[in-house]
Amino acid sequence: MAAVTETLDTVQSVTQSGYKWGFETTIEMDFAPKGLSEDIIRLISTRKEEPEWMLEWRLKAYAAWLKMEEPHWARVDHPPIDYQDLHYYAAPKKRAGPKSLDEVDPELLKMYEKLGIPLKERAILAGVDPDTVEDRQVAVDAVFDSVSVATTFQATLRKAGVIFCPISEAIREHPDLVKQYLGTVVPTGDNFFAALNSAVFTDGSFVYIPKGVRCPMELSTYFRINARNTGQFERTLIIAEAGSHVSYLEGCTAPQRDENQLHAAVVELIAMDDAQIKYSTVQNWYPGDANGKGGIYNFVTKRGACRGARSKISWTQVETGSAITWKYPSCVLHGEDSVGEFYSVAVTNNHQQADTGTKMIHIGKGSRSTIISKGISAGHSNNTYRGLVRMLPGAANARNFTQCDSLLIGDQCGAHTVPYIESRNPTAKVEHEATTSKIADDQLFYCRQRGLSEEDAVSLIVNGFCKDVLKELPMEFAVEAQKLLAVSLEGSVG
Amino acid sequence: MSTGASGFLERFEGVLGKLPGDSALRAAAAAAFRASGLPGDSRGRRIEAWKYTSLRAVADAKFQREAAPRHEAETILAGLPLLDAPRIIFVDGAWRDDLSAIAAAGFARFAQQPDFGTLTWPDREPMVALNTMLAEDGAVLDVPADHDGGVVQLVSIAASDADFHPRHSVRLGRGARLTLVEISVGQGTYLLNTVAEIHVAEGATLTHIRLQDEAASAFHVSTTYADVEAGATYDSFTLNLGARLSRTEVHAQLTGKGGAAHLNAAQLLAGSQHADFTSVVGHTAPGCQSRQTVKNVLAGKSRGVFQGKIEVARQAQKTDGYQMNQALLLSPFAEVDSKPELEIFADDVKCSHGATVGELDAEQMFYLRSRGVPEAEARSILVRAFLAEALDAVADETIRARLEAAVEGWWERQAA
Amino acid sequence: MLEIRGLAASINEKPILNGIDLEVPAGEVHAIMGPNGSGKSTLGYVLSGREDYAVTGGTATFNGVDLLAMEPEQRAAAGLFLAFQAPIELPGVNNANFLRTALNALRRAHGESELDAVQFLKLAKAETKRLAMPDDMLKRNVNVGFSGGEKKRNEVLQMALLRPKLAILDETDSGLDIDALKIVADGVNALRRPEFSALVITHHQRLLDYLVPNKVHVLLHGRIVRSGGPELAKELEKSGYAELIAEAA
Repeated sequence: MAAVTETLDTVQSVTQSGYKWGFETTIEMDFAPKGLSEDIIRLISTRKEEPEWMLEWRLKAYAAWLKMEEPHWARVDHPPIDYQDLHYYAAPKKRAGPKSLDEVDPELLKMYEKLGIPLKERAILAGVDPDTVEDRQVAVDAVFDSVSVATTFQATLRKAGVIFCPISEAIREHPDLVKQYLGTVVPTGDNFFAALNSAVFTDGSFVYIPKGVRCPMELSTYFRINARNTGQFERTLIIAEAGSHVSYLEGCTAPQRDENQLHAAVVELIAMDDAQIKYSTVQNWYPGDANGKGGIYNFVTKRGACRGARSKISWTQVETGSAITWKYPSCVLHGEDSVGEFYSVAVTNNHQQADTGTKMIHIGKGSRSTIISKGISAGHSNNTYRGLVRMLPGAANARNFTQCDSLLIGDQCGAHTVPYIESRNPTAKVEHEATTSKIADDQLFYCRQRGLSEEDAVSLIVNGFCKDVLKELPMEFAVEAQKLLAVSLEGSVG
Repeated sequence: MSTGASGFLERFEGVLGKLPGDSALRAAAAAAFRASGLPGDSRGRRIEAWKYTSLRAVADAKFQREAAPRHEAETILAGLPLLDAPRIIFVDGAWRDDLSAIAAAGFARFAQQPDFGTLTWPDREPMVALNTMLAEDGAVLDVPADHDGGVVQLVSIAASDADFHPRHSVRLGRGARLTLVEISVGQGTYLLNTVAEIHVAEGATLTHIRLQDEAASAFHVSTTYADVEAGATYDSFTLNLGARLSRTEVHAQLTGKGGAAHLNAAQLLAGSQHADFTSVVGHTAPGCQSRQTVKNVLAGKSRGVFQGKIEVARQAQKTDGYQMNQALLLSPFAEVDSKPELEIFADDVKCSHGATVGELDAEQMFYLRSRGVPEAEARSILVRAFLAEALDAVADETIRARLEAAVEGWWERQAA
Repeated sequence: MLEIRGLAASINEKPILNGIDLEVPAGEVHAIMGPNGSGKSTLGYVLSGREDYAVTGGTATFNGVDLLAMEPEQRAAAGLFLAFQAPIELPGVNNANFLRTALNALRRAHGESELDAVQFLKLAKAETKRLAMPDDMLKRNVNVGFSGGEKKRNEVLQMALLRPKLAILDETDSGLDIDALKIVADGVNALRRPEFSALVITHHQRLLDYLVPNKVHVLLHGRIVRSGGPELAKELEKSGYAELIAEAA
């Protein structure tokens, strides 16, 4: 019943307008000079105290990037990005490193509070012993700009054998694992933005779940951009060994800004035999103002490899933020009977542009995939689903089901569906359905006749439209996501 | 002798000024073609519209400069399932008075009445640019307002190993009706690159049936532009059976309130055939309807492609668009590629598409076999049923029967 | 409670209501009868504020307040409830969630405290039980996959929970078997009190056996052509509208 309670509270509490999370903290920053060159990459590598092989890896990616062109096939428009006009490294000034949570800057703790990080986690961040915290546990690896400053629950995780740490730390502490897996799902030269990320990534998370281990808690990272003209290049690598399970949550909010900021993350997931990875995202970067000024450019490469038999990777995303979203969380289904899932809600309002979807590459026998995509366009925005389902000759008896629904609110926006279906195995089955609709006048009237305001009615109907996706989210995210949907669509009716 | 794009361009230099019509327009098309090259040719640019179809083989082929028939057009003609109706016959791209039988007025030759029309986009479509460069002949059909033009057959017979670029124009006046049956056949290794411009004025109905049964080593490219005005209907059905490589491209624009466009097709492929059916339906006026069912049956190492796009402009409220693409893979070496696309800018619309890919339904197979039907026969029954659904879109029973006969002929060829 | 004077309305510029005069005092149940296309449903929609109907003349006041000037949700907050002839489906929207949202919206408008999920469920379950509805009706999506009878009962459930001052029942009896009909009538009868009124739009006299009206009005070509007591309904059941239509012609 709690979820319903929360839903109702959420729907009713939506009265504020504007971007609720648009504040800035005033922590002193340490910038690298603007621009990108081998020297900057060397500087990043040195600051991160990286081994030589990592530097070489970065330089190789940089060399590949120099030869690549920015892709323009997506339905997004933006002024040219000057890659030399960005800072590629920014870190909060170190005060001998936050070894214990007491040393965490109080400004930062305040920020978590504003971000809505649950009380329990704030208590933990404030120094409460994790073992005394009952109920559902959530470990937070908070990325503040480019450097992880606090990691909790380490003890509990260590006991289970789980490694959950900033990737920079993993490069130093677990070089063999990183070397073995980094770049194997998203190669350095995969695409323009992935190459850029490979060259300059400054931080992100590393997760390793050993064989047969069910991760004792949800892993959650809150990313946040907080410096003017700072590119964000997170790199996340999650490895689930045979028979292991992990659920990873990622949430984003960013402060209000006038200048566009570039975000180009790479996430790689690897699932071995019988392993399961659930990766959930609520993306709420600053979308720009009502006139389309400002906002984050979000060019993300997310891909999972189901390497083992019966392995499963499930992506769930709720995308409400960013001026531009360019993102296709994908699954490469090598393993026999492996499973890939993609559940997505993408909301665009005002002048936002989203071009998002997935790729399901079926290689293994009996592999199965499900794609459920719900796109909601309002204002002057454009929202595109772009997806690929590919059945390779070996994918005997593979299955895909795709359902893509678009909802238009107002007559100044666009909703587009661009699916690619390619099959080279006669026993593989692909089913694709797509619909486009608007909120029916009689639905709105019915709700209003029962006393709901027009905005509440829209929010209720939109949440209903997205239900098949929202129910895939872990509870605490489902609530935030519903709130975000309502906030994102404010002012879109009437 | 050069091949590929440069071969065509050289030829163009040679005939410039000798061809009918506006030579400036031809020169502009040549410039566009020079820039684009042939889709899929390594020398050309990569084009999203040609993602799944490469004309590399066309680029590598050596076509004769002049038509030099190596086959008897009359013999080929005798084998055609023609209807007892007016026929306009082109052999190797040129109109043949002796073979044609035109009772109705309103026919002219492009060679005498060259009109490139206003709907085509040579700067966007490389093969339209190529046609605009080299078109020599074609049919110009005018059906006056409120007139029923009955059935007219437009036949292309290829008898030489050359390339042909027919240019057709079909105009239906207000409230006019016409059933146009377009048949293309031939023998040898040739390229047929047709462009047709179709105008369906207010309240008029054009039924456009196409049977493509080209020679096994032929290349067939056909691009149609249809402009459908208020309350008018463009109802088309394409059956692709032949050619080594075919590309059927249809652009239908619904420009008046209450217009309708039906772009149905079936493709049966075997061996190493490649057939690409690409369509763009543009809803630019409110209250229009578009319907599309495209079926692919793929045997051997064949590859079937469907690209379908429904575009709904901001002002095209109350649009009703539906698109269905189904493919049956009959062999482990066949491939299907499908891209059903929606581009919607109006909110009060009903647009949907579906796509299914797979083999025959296992339960249906089992059901038939449990009733004693041998596997091969059960398979054939179900494939025919699958195709019959597509052919149901052809309302005229006589024409549908001819198409069904052509499908039977295809099966017999596979069995042989 | 409800006062309608010379109300005229049209849809797509086609006049449907051509000057309705009707007064429903507090505590009374009035029935509106009439053949198809006489404007019965339109009256319900116009009173509840559906936007595609244009009011072209006349007034309607509800407890002295101009009803026609209010937004649909304000009319609901004022106590007007329309039981839809064809209840609308809301895919993905949980029935309990919807009902609680609506109830709390009304409570908020009245300055009352909102109900939490537990309080609400207790209330809702009591009502479903009273209306002989299965509990799972609350868990399902609003009207999605409901049978005709279930949809009508769901309307009555909403009415019971929202406790309106004026309920307009638009052919809530159509398509119901006799048991369901009794449930609907009981639902309305349970609300009957001095400050509650109902406008019952129906084709059949059957419902009025269980839900006895104070007055019956006959609507024809967008006008009330005849009014009378409950006996008028019985009379119409026997003679039909033919005579009235002939009179009007």
